[in-house]
Amino acid sequence: MKILIIVEHNNDSVKPSTYSTITAASKISNKIDALMIGYNNDSAIDELKKSDHLNKIFKINKKGLENPIAENFSNHILDFLKNNDYSHILTPSSTFGKNLSPKIATELDVQQISDIISIIDSDTFERPIYAGNAIAKVKSLDKVKVLTVRPTCFEPCGLSSNVEVETVILDNTEVSTISYEGLDESKSDRPELTSAKVIISGGRGMQNGDNFKLLEGIADKLGAAMGASRAAVDAGFVPNDWQVGQTGKIVAPDLYVAVGISGAIQHIAGIKDSKFIASINKDEEAPIFNFSDYGLVADLFEILPELEKKL
Amino acid sequence: MKALVCVKRVIDYNVKIRVKMDKSGVETDNVKMSMNPFDEIAVEEAVKMKESGIINEIIILSIGADTSQETIRTGLAMGGDRGILIKTDGQDLDPLNIGKIIKVVSEKENPDLIILGKQAIDDDCNQTGQILATLLNCHQATFASKVEVNSDKSISVTREVDGGLETIKVSLPCVITTDLRLNEPRYASLPNIMKAKQKKIETLDVNDLSIKLDKRVQTIEVNDPPSRKPGVMVNDVDSLIEKLKNEAKVI
Repeated sequence: MKILIIVEHNNDSVKPSTYSTITAASKISNKIDALMIGYNNDSAIDELKKSDHLNKIFKINKKGLENPIAENFSNHILDFLKNNDYSHILTPSSTFGKNLSPKIATELDVQQISDIISIIDSDTFERPIYAGNAIAKVKSLDKVKVLTVRPTCFEPCGLSSNVEVETVILDNTEVSTISYEGLDESKSDRPELTSAKVIISGGRGMQNGDNFKLLEGIADKLGAAMGASRAAVDAGFVPNDWQVGQTGKIVAPDLYVAVGISGAIQHIAGIKDSKFIASINKDEEAPIFNFSDYGLVADLFEILPELEKKL
Repeated sequence: MKALVCVKRVIDYNVKIRVKMDKSGVETDNVKMSMNPFDEIAVEEAVKMKESGIINEIIILSIGADTSQETIRTGLAMGGDRGILIKTDGQDLDPLNIGKIIKVVSEKENPDLIILGKQAIDDDCNQTGQILATLLNCHQATFASKVEVNSDKSISVTREVDGGLETIKVSLPCVITTDLRLNEPRYASLPNIMKAKQKKIETLDVNDLSIKLDKRVQTIEVNDPPSRKPGVMVNDVDSLIEKLKNEAKVI
């Protein structure tokens, strides 16, 4: 068995999701290589070289590959695979991996297994279905296993090695006509919802968009991302991209603070992997308390200023 | 321009799912079913493009048992023109098989745009659009939060990626998968629901498509997720902060 990891990076640095994927791979085999596709990606390579568990890093450095266009990455990975045999191909289950990995699987005519959260053996894995409301144990019958790995379920690998790097030249591999117009990076000073250590979310109980300001001070003090329930989004309090839940963002922070959120099934589905959930709601019957580690029955308009002051 | 919109019938997002006693899957008998919410967004986007004169025909495609007709009707009531049902005996088909089926339909219909949800909320695979674009060898624009058709018929798609919004320009034909922020799907009005009943749904048996449908992934068992241990109620802000600091050690 031999594993290939497709590295997620932005040419300057390696995304932490890659290090978690390496850890997942190390649970299958100790023969692990990494493939980094990009342009002017030396500083990212220097970072990746330190990763434990890797035998070799293959580097494709080519103009036109500076942005992660799935078609380009897929073409180069497929050509690389013509001369290199792997039993497993792992990519982080980030938007990068979700966009790219099914293309690799399809070209190889195998059925990808998405978003694995644990490894039973070399062909059997667990993955969440129904937004984590059930866990499926699945076995791949394909010769090559193409997997995406949920990064929050595997600790990042250690960085105490010095891995050999081999340059691969694929000058003739096609570069797509898709044009990359740019990336508008989230300007918020707050962390991203999907990678935040702490999240504070408001629900319908916030009553209006202005009242979300009550959460801001607390979020500042905790270094937290801000989210909302679908009810709050549907009521127009906050934008859609704040939505946490089954049809929104699935999150897994160390601490999730739910304020004025009743705890609809579809919201719970998005937060249940949080390490700790604390909730504040004035209705002591609110279902959210059944899923919370700490519950406080109180009027949020009295409690939030006090909480901000005391933190 | 012609659009093919693919919709999946799934357990309604508001239903609390139950794992079957024999662990073979999730209970779907006597459970409310609806169109996958991401596919609703796909239908809405196509209907909006038709309203603005960019698209002149919308085909709603679903793959499943006879009951998937209802899901197609929902799409027709929202503004689809006609439907296609690829009839199966209701078995779970892997996304690769679904991609192969849609490819056959697409080669017959030759749509300029194929729009579908980025993932279905049952198996959460997030693969079908990417598989289809690969099989059709056309451009893909996944996780779309904004779609604009340019005067040269190229399409600028803003994609929701981790850490921001990425914009790419693709050419036709292409596959677009929809994310939450793209639009807010309309509710079908009663007159439109009535009108949809007159619209045509063509039914084809999946076995007549000459595709080899083989199962590559075997579900060994389905379990409830590990349950959360019961929590405690605290009386005031001070005890909440104390617990978070000293017991959970998360702040």
